[in-house]
Amino acid sequence: MKRFLLPLAIFVGLLAFLAVGLRLNPREIPSPFIGKPAPSFKLAQLHEADKTISPQDLAGQVWILNVWASWCVSCRAEHPVLMDFARANLVPVVGLNYKDGRDDGIKWLREFGNPYVVSAFDNDGRVGIDYGVYGVPETFVVDKKGVIRMKYTGPLTREAVAEKLMPLIKELKSA
Amino acid sequence: MLALAAAAAQAKEAPPAVADPELEKRVMTLSEELRCLVCQNQTLADSHAELAVDLKNQVREKLAAGMSDKDVIDYMVERYGDFVLYRPPVKGTTWVLWFGPFLLLGGGIAMLLVKLAKRRGAEDAVPDTDLRRAASLLEGKNDTKEQA
Repeated sequence: MKRFLLPLAIFVGLLAFLAVGLRLNPREIPSPFIGKPAPSFKLAQLHEADKTISPQDLAGQVWILNVWASWCVSCRAEHPVLMDFARANLVPVVGLNYKDGRDDGIKWLREFGNPYVVSAFDNDGRVGIDYGVYGVPETFVVDKKGVIRMKYTGPLTREAVAEKLMPLIKELKSA
Repeated sequence: MLALAAAAAQAKEAPPAVADPELEKRVMTLSEELRCLVCQNQTLADSHAELAVDLKNQVREKLAAGMSDKDVIDYMVERYGDFVLYRPPVKGTTWVLWFGPFLLLGGGIAMLLVKLAKRRGAEDAVPDTDLRRAASLLEGKNDTKEQA
C-alpha cells in the first residue's frame, strides 16, 4: 500500500493545479494600470465635434470610463446594465467611443439609449492603446485623484456591478 | 472575435509611416517578441487581428521616431503588462515558471537513480547461507539443504 502513496499524492497535487487552471479566465489579463493615474487625453466629443473632453475635466470626482463601439456585439449585451447603472446617478459615466464612425456611434446611442454624460470620440484608437484596451467593452473606475482603481474587461453584468463596482464606488466616494 | 471581425471591416488601417526595409526588419523582430492580446497564442508579427495591426503600426512609429527596441517594449509593458511579452521575464514571480520544469526533471532523475541503485543492491546481495551452500556443492558435497 505504501508504495502507492507517493504517486497518489503527486496525482492529487496535479489534479488540484489543473482544477484551479480550468477556473482561470485567460481573457482576464491583470491590468498594469491599477493604482496608476489615468492616461491623459484630449479628444473631440462624439456628439459635439467642436468640444473636447479630457480626464482633467472630471478631476475631483469618482467617475467611470466605459470603452464602447457600435460595432461591438458584447457592448449591446452590456448596454441595459450600463443604462440602469447610469440611471442610479451615482457617478458620471464617460464613454470612449473606440474606433467607430461618428454617425454610427450617434445612431447606436439614439437607438439603444445613451448612458453617458459624454462620449469621447477615439476614431483611430490611439487613446484605446494608451489605456491598454484589447477587447471592447472595457470599464475603468477612476477615483477623485484621477487614479485608476479598477478595470473590468468584457461586458458588465448585474452581478459585477453589484459585487465589484458598487462597493468600490461607495468606498471611493466617501474617501 | 466577431466584434473584431466587424471592426476590421470598418476601421481603416493607418498607412505605414515609411517604406524603409531596415525599419521594417526591426518592426518584425520586435513584433516576434510581443503577444497579440486578441489571439493570445500568436505574436504580433503572426496576427492579423485589428489590434495587432494597430500595435504594429505603433511599434513602427515609435521606432521611426528614434525610440530604442527596449523603449518600445517598455511602452507596451506599461500599457498591457508583462502579458504582452511573448517570453515572460525572469523575475521573482516567474521563477517557478522558468525553473520549475528543471526542478521536476532533476527530481525525476534523482528518484530514478535512487531506485536503480536500490535494485542493483538487491541483486548483488546474495545471502551468506546461499553462498556457503554453493561453495559446498562445488566441492562435491551433498546438498546440505536437501538433508536439512
